[in-house]
Amino acid sequence: MTTPVSSPQTPSTHSTSTDWPEQIFRELQELNIKQVAFVPDAGHSALIVQCQASPDMRAVSLTTEEEGIAMLAGGWLAGECGVMLMQSSGVGNCINMLSLNNECRIPMFALVTMRGEWGEFNPWQVPMGKSTQQALESAGVYVYRADSAEEIAPTVRAAGQMAFNTRRAVAVLIGQRLIGTKNFNK
Amino acid sequence: MSVTNSNALNRRVVVARLLRDRGDAMVVTSLGNPTFDVSAAGDTPLNFYLWGAMGGASMMGLGMAIAQPKRRMVVITGDGEMMMSLGSLATIACEKQANLAIVVLNNEHYAETGMQPAHAGRGVDLAGVARATGFKDVSAVNTEEELESLALRLFSSQEPMFATIRISTAPNPVSLPPRDGPLLRSRFREAILGAAASK
Repeated sequence: MTTPVSSPQTPSTHSTSTDWPEQIFRELQELNIKQVAFVPDAGHSALIVQCQASPDMRAVSLTTEEEGIAMLAGGWLAGECGVMLMQSSGVGNCINMLSLNNECRIPMFALVTMRGEWGEFNPWQVPMGKSTQQALESAGVYVYRADSAEEIAPTVRAAGQMAFNTRRAVAVLIGQRLIGTKNFNK
Repeated sequence: MSVTNSNALNRRVVVARLLRDRGDAMVVTSLGNPTFDVSAAGDTPLNFYLWGAMGGASMMGLGMAIAQPKRRMVVITGDGEMMMSLGSLATIACEKQANLAIVVLNNEHYAETGMQPAHAGRGVDLAGVARATGFKDVSAVNTEEELESLALRLFSSQEPMFATIRISTAPNPVSLPPRDGPLLRSRFREAILGAAASK
């Protein structure tokens, strides 16, 4: 069985399957994002480079995801909005730290690239991928999904507005179908 | 690791001295005794007390320090909480956020949960860890003179600071600050952002 890299089901004149990181970056600028907490992630690699290059953003490389939950909560308390860039495998690391957002009604805005769900090669990615949405929701996070390039920008925008306007924890799951399946045999 | 450090500094005296001249500095505390110590030194909206989220104090401090670079940011935590988030020290050392100071109250025990011996009392050197991650301004305080020296530099240092302070395990009077999360959140934001806090 082959595992093709995904392509959008309905091609759009506005976006292609490859420029969605740029679209996310523009939405982050619109949302006045100043702090970017990230862990290394192939799916977010282009976006991470853009955030690092932006004079308006401070991109902080973490050793583990829960650091970012705490950092961004502190940043918002002191006046700056931020975003967390992570992978589904790191969601479990965040659960207790998210009690901070839940208990204090501090916004949390995360863009989560999915693993373990679409043509995955690595079986060890499957368990956390399977429980990502439930784990987030159990910790009080509102979860949106984007599985095509067309959905990315409006979903990121709506999720960010929801997070900061209503002081809620909101995550966007970016489907592995959109990112493309990692090829270990190349 | 028995409770034989009663000649060590008293944590309430230590924290009161450190924060005496804090001005408009922001303070975040880790759950348990550091939260109680800082409230005993004087409650203010610029204190953000954690009552949970163990392991998050230092990184909350980094986020606050980045957002308000002209204010001093002081994290007051315990040795157990710091041990839980050693990775944060690596992250913060890489970021070199000049207005951030981390102060670890080190009683070498988990006092809140039954005084179990903690790693800092079993040979792990937190100041050494901080140094190894890249912190340049690192101090280990054992005496009143060393405390005074730290207090004089705490709000004027031009680089990230890390300090451990050896404190007694002796109990102190109860001092409970507000624990209502939305209250702590809103008063902290209003103190920093004014009317913009509710936007």
